[in-house]
Amino acid sequence: MIEVDNLHKSFGESHVLKGISSKFEKGKTNLIIGQSGSGKTVFLKCLLGLFSPDKGSISYDGKIYSELSASEQRNLRQEMGMVFQGSALFDSMTVQGNVMFPLGMFTKQSKSEMQDRVDFVLKRVNLVDAHNKFPSEISGGMQKRVAIARAIVMNPKYLFCDEPNSGLDPKTAILIDNLIHEITQEYDITTVINTHDMNSVMEIGEKIIFLKNGLKEWEGSNKEIFKTENEAVTDFVYSSELFKKVRQMYIEERN
Amino acid sequence: MKTLILKEIDELVYGSMGIIIFISFFIGGVVSIQTALNITNPLIPRNLIGFATRQSVILEFAPTFTSIIMAGKVGSYITSSIGTMRVTEQIDALEIMGVNSLNYLVFPKIIAMLFYPFVIAIAMYVGIFGGWTAGVFGGFSSSADFVEGLQLDFIPFHVTYSFIKSIVFALIIATIPSFHGYYMKGGALEVGKASTTAFVWTSVVIIIVNYILTQLLLG
Repeated sequence: MIEVDNLHKSFGESHVLKGISSKFEKGKTNLIIGQSGSGKTVFLKCLLGLFSPDKGSISYDGKIYSELSASEQRNLRQEMGMVFQGSALFDSMTVQGNVMFPLGMFTKQSKSEMQDRVDFVLKRVNLVDAHNKFPSEISGGMQKRVAIARAIVMNPKYLFCDEPNSGLDPKTAILIDNLIHEITQEYDITTVINTHDMNSVMEIGEKIIFLKNGLKEWEGSNKEIFKTENEAVTDFVYSSELFKKVRQMYIEERN
Repeated sequence: MKTLILKEIDELVYGSMGIIIFISFFIGGVVSIQTALNITNPLIPRNLIGFATRQSVILEFAPTFTSIIMAGKVGSYITSSIGTMRVTEQIDALEIMGVNSLNYLVFPKIIAMLFYPFVIAIAMYVGIFGGWTAGVFGGFSSSADFVEGLQLDFIPFHVTYSFIKSIVFALIIATIPSFHGYYMKGGALEVGKASTTAFVWTSVVIIIVNYILTQLLLG
């Protein structure tokens, strides 16, 4: 479980996070949503330890990050997996090289053990014929799947995803969402996803946090978000015509 | 780490051999021709062509001129490769995995560039060979005169001085572009700007350090 308490972060005069508190439970897909500029990415980077908060604390299963020594922080980071918006695969390495990279850096496994693990995770993300291809030779959806494979190859306790289905067609986006959801439940991982894709919210949002201007505006599940009366949330959720129609149907049905 | 260092030696040192050999050969040739064309007084011996070529190539053209070329070729490669990794969040990915990204990306380059004096040694040899080729086959000097000039008043410390300079220049070529790539911010356009800035600063620092080292070692 990840617990965030009164998180503040500023860049110069700009106060980006203004005291966010929340809990992200194990085995659940937790979604952070909000408009561009609401502080989602800064919040996620604070969770990842890439930004140090100005005030407040983040604890991972009881261990407060800021109180850990540099080596303990490094060890904790090895328990984290991250799927970046642009996949962030290493261009100079093949798919297999990318997935094997953390194993080679942090484990003392033999070459054959590493190969077995890489084969297993690539099969898990439904990529069986791409071992020797370079990131530039595969599609965006495949790159995302390689990024997921790389993120889970070390059996992480925490999985973070920054807009995992941006730039993907709706069908592939749903496949990626479902894959992350399945992996979260299968390996009992604490997953935090940064997104503004409402399809993801509907599909896998077991817990949703809505950020607005650096504050937590609303918190709930994908079932609750369509019933909320919070104006900021409804403005965001029903900004697309499709969802406006869905809401209209919901209201008519209720009446 | 061993694999990374070998890869960087291949990319930065071995991969630069072609251009270094090409430039050194023709620069040596031009120095030889220019010296020959400027000897108008019949009292000046023809072995001056070999002597001047040797001194110019060993003291300045091989270590300094080659390093300026390398600042452009290797330096911009280092800045753009690290900068692209920054822009595409590959450095963030390394950090999140718990890898010390600065050490992982820069240290192998510094170690690889310690092999740079070998490149300079080859540049010296090829430069002098280019001078001999141009001098002899251009009809400016006989082979015997040229070789005599090469051996005239040879001071071995000049080669040591040249290698000392090349080691210092190697560290400059590895570190300044790495700094500009690692700490860059922005997108693809900024990668290009960072490469240009890195080349300018590397060249400026090489020129200044060259002056200081020459004053310290030969002055």
